[in-house]
Amino acid sequence: MNKLTKHIASAKKKWEMLQGNKEPIIYVGAASCGRAAGALDLLTGINAFLEEHNIKARVMQVGCIGPCYLEPLIDIKMPGQPRISYGNVNEKTLALILKTHLLEGKPHAKLALGHFGREPFDGIQSFYELPMLKPQVRIVLRNCGLIDPEDIDQYLAVDGYQGLMNALKMKPEDVIGVVHQAGLRGRGGAGFPTYRKWTVCRNSPGEQRYLICNADEGDPGAFMNRSLIESDPHAVLEGMLIAGYAIGASKGIIYIRAEYPLAIERLKSAIRQMREYGLLGKNILGSGFSFDIKIKEGAGAFVCGEETALIGSIEGKRGMPKSRPPFPAVAGLFKSPTIINNVETLGTLPNILRNGAEWYNKFGKEGNRGTKTFSLVGKVRRPGLIEVQLGTPLREIIFDIGGGVQKNFKAIQTGGPSGGCLSEEFLDLPVDYESLAAAGSIMGSGGLIIMDDDTCIVDVAKYFLDFTQKESCGKCVPCRVGTRHMVEILDRITHGEGNPEDLLALRTLGDTIKKGALCGLGQTAPNPVLTTLRYFRNEYLEHIKDHRCRAVVCKDLIEYRVIKEKCTGCQSCVRVCPTGAITGPRSEPHNLDVTKCIKCRSCYEVCRHDAIAGDAIVIRSAEKRI
Amino acid sequence: MPEAIEKIFKQHGRTSDELIPILQDVQKEFGYISPESVKKISRYLKVSENQIYGVSSFYAQFRFTEPGRHGIKVCLGTACHVRGGATLLEVLERGLGISCGQTTEDKRFDLERVACLGCCALSPVVQIDRDIYSRMTVNRLTELLKEYE
Repeated sequence: MNKLTKHIASAKKKWEMLQGNKEPIIYVGAASCGRAAGALDLLTGINAFLEEHNIKARVMQVGCIGPCYLEPLIDIKMPGQPRISYGNVNEKTLALILKTHLLEGKPHAKLALGHFGREPFDGIQSFYELPMLKPQVRIVLRNCGLIDPEDIDQYLAVDGYQGLMNALKMKPEDVIGVVHQAGLRGRGGAGFPTYRKWTVCRNSPGEQRYLICNADEGDPGAFMNRSLIESDPHAVLEGMLIAGYAIGASKGIIYIRAEYPLAIERLKSAIRQMREYGLLGKNILGSGFSFDIKIKEGAGAFVCGEETALIGSIEGKRGMPKSRPPFPAVAGLFKSPTIINNVETLGTLPNILRNGAEWYNKFGKEGNRGTKTFSLVGKVRRPGLIEVQLGTPLREIIFDIGGGVQKNFKAIQTGGPSGGCLSEEFLDLPVDYESLAAAGSIMGSGGLIIMDDDTCIVDVAKYFLDFTQKESCGKCVPCRVGTRHMVEILDRITHGEGNPEDLLALRTLGDTIKKGALCGLGQTAPNPVLTTLRYFRNEYLEHIKDHRCRAVVCKDLIEYRVIKEKCTGCQSCVRVCPTGAITGPRSEPHNLDVTKCIKCRSCYEVCRHDAIAGDAIVIRSAEKRI
Repeated sequence: MPEAIEKIFKQHGRTSDELIPILQDVQKEFGYISPESVKKISRYLKVSENQIYGVSSFYAQFRFTEPGRHGIKVCLGTACHVRGGATLLEVLERGLGISCGQTTEDKRFDLERVACLGCCALSPVVQIDRDIYSRMTVNRLTELLKEYE
């Protein structure tokens, strides 16, 4: 333990120097999402600026703080000033910001989003007072975007590995006891009490036990785990050590999607640093506890998020689920007792062990303790990664944090492709495991997708089912054949070829698959269809009876038109049309030949974005066909 | 090729749980899993070729034909779907004259769909090689392709 105490002391010193910095520090949010928004170009721009003006400054890449709608983000901390954040930075605003803030030493008050100091500063509000941040409670994400994910010293300086040190002073059974008192439930989706799984594993005979971190975040529309690993990898790794110690495992494996290259890189560098600091290997911190961590990259199969399939995949087999019992906690990887915990569950553990169960019990509500991270996406004004207490009503998440919907709210999908679509009447539903299940949906891993008037509910149901059908491993009949049938029926409906009996067939098939499928993928696959049938039946009937798609999404039920009175004859659409469907001389209203139109949207986009065009191209639901 | 594959083998043990990591390394090195590689892996791990095909064809990551010079991946995650990802894919299919999963005749582009790239707040996104392009539109995408030879 002595060696680490020394590291901590020097890390804290380094951190203090960073806070009382003598030269400017520039933080760039460079997680995957920041990079996609152009963070690396900003980095080049910043370095060029520093060189040009001969300024000595430290440029640091940090993770993602959450408000993705403000990407790319940069923060500047001048000596003697708090750290100040700027959002939606582009080439132009970057030059302005650097000029005023770095050269003149004063924050660009107009462009600044907020500061990270404790005191009010110069007319700039605290970053945490931003409407998106204010209602959030950040426990798992506490360091995200604030520390350098590639520097273990920064993690140590903010009390990192304190939870592990506390755990190692206890008996493993007592660690399980603390997690029990904290009321932590698995954050991977099902919400099974973590301590119960651990107890079973600990009590199962076997020389070797394994701890697996499930980072196979496959739900489309979900990126909580990616963000956490990219922004604060040590939190997850510390959680693995705590869990490993509690269950008596000596080997840890991180099963992570190959589609997350940056997250894998960050984990690798974090593991290297842990080794240097004696946090991995034999006899960790002199406690007698030995543990090592290996990374296994997934190979692109959604079903491998399921525990037994994941184990199969690590063993080098096809990732197909097995029937349970025996549960992995009894006989898992290589037939040894194995615990599989989700990234977020593990990321929560250091906080519980550091601050105690009582502290954790302050958050959430009875039976649903603590916080949950969500990726809030879709047609919401402020998409991003958020963390709220369990029991927070959906309305608060969508409207206070998310800033409401672009058009009119239609539905919210919780729990990814296995979850349900809930309608407006559920807006006051508290987000906890039981309430969501009662409404026919699930918590899932934390994807929240907001839909508005422009989203066709039948199309979305088809999309989800098409996804699970493609990802079905094919082992059991209800899932393999049943989902296929459901997709075929939905496909017919979206093509305007459905009939009223289809709805009953969907219902029956859905119920059967739910009851008969082998694993969680199949058992939850029909949820999107069953919930939309329940809450949005009218939209199905419109497709079937009126051949109408009110959201103008289903291609066979819509057509593109030029409104003659609005068309300025600018020819922009003529140029982009790939099939020559639009014709007409300049300055005269254009013609659109519907028989040639492939509904590719090119013309619609230019007509909306081009200043000289007059929003003349519209997409309409087709007239009733008989 | 023999040397390169031997080098990969050296980094892995001979247990069957090394199969997927080996396949991943082979694909990283050669771009795809060729019948020759499968034969060699089979001999190294003492696992039948059938079993190797069984495992590798189960996972979306592995491909069995030579890839093109640039890989286009259209994200069809939920957020991208509700913001028009499918339309982007259709436009690409039409423009390149290939369907999803194929390579253009001149080997310039590979076209694939991907379930989610995890950049949902910036949807719809398209990945070309290692770069992710956010908030894509049909017209910007068409322009963008011209930059790749």
